[in-house]
Amino acid sequence: MTRREHSADSAQDFADTNYSALLVELAGLLPADSLLQVNEDVKPYECDGLSAYRQVPMAVALPETEAQVIAVIKACRAAGAPLVPRGAGTGLSAGALPHPQGVVLSLAKMKKILHVDPVARVAVVQPGVRNLAISEAAAPLGLYYAPDPSSQIACSIGGNVAENSGGVHCLKYGLTLHNVLRVRAVLITGEIVEFGNHALDAPGYDLLALTIGSEGLLAVVTEVTVKLVPKPDHAQVIIASFGDVMTAGNAVADVIAAGIIPAGLEMMDKPATAAVEPYVKAGYDLTAAAILLCESDGTAEEVAEEIGRMQAVLEKSGATKIRVSHSEAERLLFWAGRKAAFPAAGRISPDYYCMDGTIPRKRLGEMLMAIYGMEKKYGLRCINVFHAGDGNMHPLILYDANVPGELERTEAFGAEILRLSVQLGGTITGEHGVGYEKINSMCDQFCADEIRAFHAVKRAFDPEGLLNPEKAIPTLYRCAESGRMHVHGNDIPFPELERL
Amino acid sequence: MEKIVEEFRSRILERKSLRLRGGGSKDFYGGPLAGAALETGGYSGIVSYEPTELVVTARCGTPLAELELALAARRQFLACEPPGFGGATVGGAVAAGLSGPRRAMAGSLRDFVLGVKIMDGEGRVLKFGGEVIKNVAGFDVSRLMTGSLGTLGLILEVSLKVMPLPVGDATLRFEMPQAQALDAMNRWAGQPLPLAAGSWQDGVLTLHLSGAQAAVASACRKLGGELLAATAATEFWQGLREQSAAFFAGDAPLWRLSVPSVAAPLELPGAQLLEWGGAQRWLRADADAAQLREIAARVGGHATLFRGGRGEQRSGGVFAPLQPALMEVHRRLKQSFDPFGVFNPGRLYPEF
Repeated sequence: MTRREHSADSAQDFADTNYSALLVELAGLLPADSLLQVNEDVKPYECDGLSAYRQVPMAVALPETEAQVIAVIKACRAAGAPLVPRGAGTGLSAGALPHPQGVVLSLAKMKKILHVDPVARVAVVQPGVRNLAISEAAAPLGLYYAPDPSSQIACSIGGNVAENSGGVHCLKYGLTLHNVLRVRAVLITGEIVEFGNHALDAPGYDLLALTIGSEGLLAVVTEVTVKLVPKPDHAQVIIASFGDVMTAGNAVADVIAAGIIPAGLEMMDKPATAAVEPYVKAGYDLTAAAILLCESDGTAEEVAEEIGRMQAVLEKSGATKIRVSHSEAERLLFWAGRKAAFPAAGRISPDYYCMDGTIPRKRLGEMLMAIYGMEKKYGLRCINVFHAGDGNMHPLILYDANVPGELERTEAFGAEILRLSVQLGGTITGEHGVGYEKINSMCDQFCADEIRAFHAVKRAFDPEGLLNPEKAIPTLYRCAESGRMHVHGNDIPFPELERL
Repeated sequence: MEKIVEEFRSRILERKSLRLRGGGSKDFYGGPLAGAALETGGYSGIVSYEPTELVVTARCGTPLAELELALAARRQFLACEPPGFGGATVGGAVAAGLSGPRRAMAGSLRDFVLGVKIMDGEGRVLKFGGEVIKNVAGFDVSRLMTGSLGTLGLILEVSLKVMPLPVGDATLRFEMPQAQALDAMNRWAGQPLPLAAGSWQDGVLTLHLSGAQAAVASACRKLGGELLAATAATEFWQGLREQSAAFFAGDAPLWRLSVPSVAAPLELPGAQLLEWGGAQRWLRADADAAQLREIAARVGGHATLFRGGRGEQRSGGVFAPLQPALMEVHRRLKQSFDPFGVFNPGRLYPEF
């Protein structure tokens, strides 16, 4: 048995693992169609929602029960083989990118909704259950599961737990973290543990909070209890146009300053509205430099009161045009454009790269101006959609992977946006996770001691570093190699960068 | 202020047991106090407060009351209502992780923690999280610190999400037995009503509504009950939050049972007060710890000896024991952040 201690300094090597023996053992533990080994079967697992990074896995295990999950984990651990947990594969940070020497552990077959309790307002589900399926199951009871990542039709709750997924309603209704009561999981030792419970807290350290957003590095989720909340009976949305992006950014701050917490507050810049409008025909104002979508939900009286207040604030903040949805169909049409931003990017460009930095709301305008400068610098176009209410931006950099050098320029463009996010007091990732994609950018946000602390947390759960290695937390070697070590104190990292 | 941080560091580097202490308002809470006191009160002050960003950052020694006053001046508040217990500091509140009456609807203190700056057991200053609401870079160490009773590190600074104070407010009273009150609170929580808190004691259910004026008014019409005068209502909810209500007076041990809100009325050997829509049940009784833990565990919860109690009730630890696999993870986390066992030994569990 191989026993290597996982360390913060350098990457691990799994070369001496006996794979043929492991695969024979796994075949004995799983039903025939639950172990994929031949190239045509494992190829679809070579990437997740971020297709720029690919790696064909050695094998894919698709357990159907918790007992099978335990058996696979124990076998891989005994063989010293890395495991990459995978949900629906819709992630946008290559968090489920296979390890060349490892097994992909897909939870996709565990997709039963075990229990929906209308009085306790909880649903107990297996990890492979789709996010939207939970809300659909709860709908007849007047309840729903609040976090709504844009991939909600396909993404799984296990993946949501791994990424601490958000969505457009986070400011008012919270992230996955705020809407999950309990996670049942298997540790690398094969032991079953429960983080949280059906009460509102659990004794000891808050390992539930630590597990949510841990990107499959700490434990493998086998069951989740989510909170269900009453479905608001009414919702209306305002579209406000602005002549420049700074004014639009300031209007966001003005709405919050007025004591309003919108159910959703989204911003799209002119290139973004221009991209989606021919496709969706949402009736967006194509002359505006930016538009804001500002939603209110609740009882009819509440919504009427709040929409009135929102409208007054937006007008005072310099909106050049305001439209309020007057029917559910119109509300959905207004939203359709925002929700089509990603497919629209795919329609106008062979490839696009979605960023996920979060910055303080008041810096939105500043960030947009900087991105417009970077477009010229890198010779690439970028369309911008933001969860403006919580400062989470999704710039979509448009590129063509077939043009030599464009992917590299795109990555450099993205990395510069992330560095600026950190400098403006924000973070490199708001909801998509670090995964493999942003691992170098972690060195911009955290200093060596902080990265060591993350590795220590990892070791507390997985001393040998077998769960999703080389993701989320960079080794210090990697940071040094990429020349990106964050410096604490008053010294601004990268003093050479222009600060706009 | 930098000088104070240097003093903290030199104390920590002595590698002798330290008892981290903010306002001392929760000296009663957790395991026995061990080690020399490291007072944080001097490291005080709001570092930044941006009402439009809905975030405030304060040093650990800042009195919670001072922070709340600053928020109130901008019509904002900490919706999780951490108790002040007569002098709590921000750092102490976060280390204890306690939340007040609104917890079931608004979320817990942990839900509102956006970032922390800590000093670990080797005197290193580390920052986790930040000042933005959405942030998934690195493990969520800020929330791991929340409620860890200072056993993992000295919290130096905390960033908290704040919320606008709702305009509409009303408190309603209903006479009903416990089982009916539990059922009512759970069913109402499943409807789009502006519920903020629900509590039951001695045959009386008290309900706090808070939200848009129109929503509160229509909920009052829908629910009925007796409307409590504003000053009496404020006093009532403060009495629960600060444990200044008559129920909490006297020397009888105070137990906290955290259970699913739908758990049927529990047969317990003493007076009970329910909060959090039934999810937090207080008990005054000189009871057997193992027996209470068994009762709580049977319905999927856990019991804490919150305040008071005798030697044998406290000696096994005041918090419910952990399953061995989880205790092992706890030990390793403790070892990582505090390798020399400096911080609050035995305060959370006798094992570390």
